[in-house]
Amino acid sequence: MTSPSTQNHGGSISQLPTNHVSDELLASYAAGTLSEAESLIVATHSALCPICRDAIAQYEAVGASLLDEIEPEEMLAGSLDAVLSRLDDEEPLPENVVRHPSAKSALEQEKAGLVLPEPLRSYVGGDLKDVVWRPVIRGLEEAELPLSGPDFNVRLIRVAAGAAMPQHSHQGSEYTLLLTGAYRDSSGLFSRGDFQMADGDVDHQPTAEPGEPCVCLIVTDAPIKLTGRLGRLLNPFIRY
Amino acid sequence: MENAVGQRDVTGEVARSLAAIAFIASDDAMTQEPVAREPRQQTSLTPPELVVLMQSVAERRCKKSFQGLFGFFAPRVKAYLMRLGSDPNQAEELVQEAMIMVWRKAASFDPTQAAVSTWIFTIARNKRIDAIRREKRPEIDPEDPALVPQPEILADGVVEQQQHARRLKEAIGRLSAEQASLIKMAYFADKAHGVIAEETGLPLGTVKSRLRLALGHLRKELKEGSL
Repeated sequence: MTSPSTQNHGGSISQLPTNHVSDELLASYAAGTLSEAESLIVATHSALCPICRDAIAQYEAVGASLLDEIEPEEMLAGSLDAVLSRLDDEEPLPENVVRHPSAKSALEQEKAGLVLPEPLRSYVGGDLKDVVWRPVIRGLEEAELPLSGPDFNVRLIRVAAGAAMPQHSHQGSEYTLLLTGAYRDSSGLFSRGDFQMADGDVDHQPTAEPGEPCVCLIVTDAPIKLTGRLGRLLNPFIRY
Repeated sequence: MENAVGQRDVTGEVARSLAAIAFIASDDAMTQEPVAREPRQQTSLTPPELVVLMQSVAERRCKKSFQGLFGFFAPRVKAYLMRLGSDPNQAEELVQEAMIMVWRKAASFDPTQAAVSTWIFTIARNKRIDAIRREKRPEIDPEDPALVPQPEILADGVVEQQQHARRLKEAIGRLSAEQASLIKMAYFADKAHGVIAEETGLPLGTVKSRLRLALGHLRKELKEGSL
């Protein structure tokens, strides 16, 4: 799975990700209890990962089976009639039958040449080429997504090939989804589609592999904490 | 092709129990007026029976079959929404919206992809997020050209998919009481893990790791059950 083939973005035939979203996050996504920011990164990883899509379907089935054993609450007397009287009001939705994804040929995907899958592409408002980057430090640029709010910071970062991020730990949770290129930290190598979850127990210095820039979607719920010798001095200036 | 085979199987399986729900799926629903005035609280419809009702709604726009689905699901979805903090009026309203969505989207239900209850669960879940959280729910788009497809077609037939629901129930039944209740709380508490931590008096990290264990256990049970 960690073969050196790196031309696996841009819609060509992809390897499957090897670092997945945790069961607990997948189940919360299926249950509908995650925030929009967390849902975005879980869903975008899953667009690149049939294994996690399958797990989500299973966890939706778990939700349904809980529905099955719940003590029912009686509906109000006129409820059914109210619904029945509205059935003819609206035209049925346009047919929206979900074709099996594998029906799509690799060629078709290549033609599209898209780097960012949905739902991320809609939040960015275009594909990777449309992102407007803002320089942060040498070798690092970022683009904050409009979804960022008081509870979550949501952004794309682009790390120059071969560049190292500042050594840091986390005050909250940090979710990273790798979209192009690859990076390495003490826990291993991450490439397209891989998901990494880090918190206060993780102190790392992700370093982009040589070759091409490394683009990641990052969701954090608290600022990171620089832990390198020089970085510590900069902590007061870090928002996230 | 698999679909056709799977479908025939289900129809055969259901034929035997169909008599029991004949009052619902029968054709005299041609009358525009609903016959049953009271939502019937069906407590024992099997997954294949639910598929028959769903297909009758999708293909023949059969209101009597819809009533059967309503009688079975509406009170359950209402209870689910109330468990998640909706007051009875709001829950009532959301259930109505969700059931109208079931009617409108019936043609997109695919019995090789999910059980009826799973499909309706996701509709109710999304209605609730729209209405209560006022947030969008970022969804995977199965038609997206950038989606990485499954390496090979592993799609189950209708029978496998519908039997999955029963296996799942059995697997949940085999979990320890603590694990089962953690999983329930994950689905029935909105600020999921924070609330669970409060209610159980456990630290948040412990809740998360125990929940992860419980879910891992559940999936392992499922895998073994399918052998």
